[in-house]
Amino acid sequence: MKTEATHSTSLIVNEAAYNLELLPWVSLLDVLRDEIKLTGTKKGCDHGQCGACTIIVDGKRILSCLTLGVMKNGSEITTIEGIANGEKLHPLQQAFIEHDAFQCGYCTPGQICSAIGMLNEAKAKTREDVQELMSGNLCRCGASKGIINAIMEVKGDYHE
Amino acid sequence: MNNFSYTKVSTTDQAISQIDGDIRNKIVAGGTNLNDLLKYFITKADKLVDINPIAENNSIIRLETGGVRIGALHTNADMAYDPIIEERYPLLSKAILAGASAQIRNMATNGGNLMQRTRCYYFYDITTPCNKRDPGSGCAAITGYNRIHAILGQSENCIAVFPSDMCVALAALNAAVNIKGPEGERVLAFAEFHRLSGDTPHIDNNLKHGEIITSIDLPAKGFEKNYSYLKLRDRSSYSFALVSVATGLDIENGIIKEARIALGGVAHKPWRSTEAEDFLKAKEPTRINFSEAAAIILKDAKGYEHNSFKIELAKRAIVRNCLMALNPESQRPGAKPSL
Repeated sequence: MKTEATHSTSLIVNEAAYNLELLPWVSLLDVLRDEIKLTGTKKGCDHGQCGACTIIVDGKRILSCLTLGVMKNGSEITTIEGIANGEKLHPLQQAFIEHDAFQCGYCTPGQICSAIGMLNEAKAKTREDVQELMSGNLCRCGASKGIINAIMEVKGDYHE
Repeated sequence: MNNFSYTKVSTTDQAISQIDGDIRNKIVAGGTNLNDLLKYFITKADKLVDINPIAENNSIIRLETGGVRIGALHTNADMAYDPIIEERYPLLSKAILAGASAQIRNMATNGGNLMQRTRCYYFYDITTPCNKRDPGSGCAAITGYNRIHAILGQSENCIAVFPSDMCVALAALNAAVNIKGPEGERVLAFAEFHRLSGDTPHIDNNLKHGEIITSIDLPAKGFEKNYSYLKLRDRSSYSFALVSVATGLDIENGIIKEARIALGGVAHKPWRSTEAEDFLKAKEPTRINFSEAAAIILKDAKGYEHNSFKIELAKRAIVRNCLMALNPESQRPGAKPSL
């Protein structure tokens, strides 16, 4: 609802345009979940310590809990809901299933969006690099080995 | 968070005029620390001034002095992976990549890195006394759980440490901070930017409210041949330093011409010792000499119940990092590999 305190904010989320009236103090994470009703992006710690809220903004993986909706006016955003091609899963989604890369699944949307961002960045050469560059995404269930295996397979140099 | 208004600006002058010297008006860039502090009600704001669109502060330019000027609004990731920085200032690149996570480095800016606040748990816990958060209330860390706290340069008012990795490298490189404010422009040497806690632990640095960091200058000398950054922490990634060391060595014919050693995680600012660096001048780069330099750096160190281990840890980290600087290929962002 437009009020004196709100800011007109346009976001493109998963290729759909949203014109929103946002209060300045609402995090981008809360905008996605509460305003746009895309609840695939998870709120883990809400303090930038767990990576569960990772999304891709203008091509880069970021933490949606540590930025404000109003700061991203005009941005193009991809969330976990936007990565499959219709019924066809994204290769990382498929690999996560095949490598048993989750148990409870709460960290999974952030893990997958972070992995997409990491592969786009193209800085990881080795398995150790992948582990280092995925360290911002925690998995309380301890599926980390499966997660790295899944990413390595999609990266193209998976070895058991 | 408390409720605040929000405005976006596209020039430094607009930002200065929007802040208008009011302590409740805050600048936001990456937001990775400020938004978190707002959530915890540690920082309260009436207005957030979003400086991200200021194009003039988002570039890398070569200076006539042979150095490089890096914009305050460049992200930490763009800085660490910039070809000029990787080639000329690999120490800076390594230090940045040792900090935070990839997502946070994609958001956080260079100026914001300097402005980040301590991660002392008592500073973050608004139910406890903290002279940094609430001047005059006391320091809960001195007699509390002080594993991550300072061993050098601290005062009885505050034993918090400054958490940046990037700034440890900037200190070693003798960077300079370019500042603009209502009264014009000025430059602060990096060593003069951050403060010790002293009697005013609530003041982290010498940037006056209403001023803004526009860029950071790196001198021509980048120590690209012999450098290393070592960060020791409780897990090997995505954790703040217990002790970190940035080393740059200028070696000619097997003799040290110039040595720079800066420590992170041990003080209220990146820590250097002129005495130790002078000691290494004209000496051979040996374990024995590095050990002597480490002893000089830590000679006045004071530990508390849970952090006395840091004194020995820092000495060993200095020696190991100086040895790694002799062969920079041997270093990694974390504690690996062992020598």
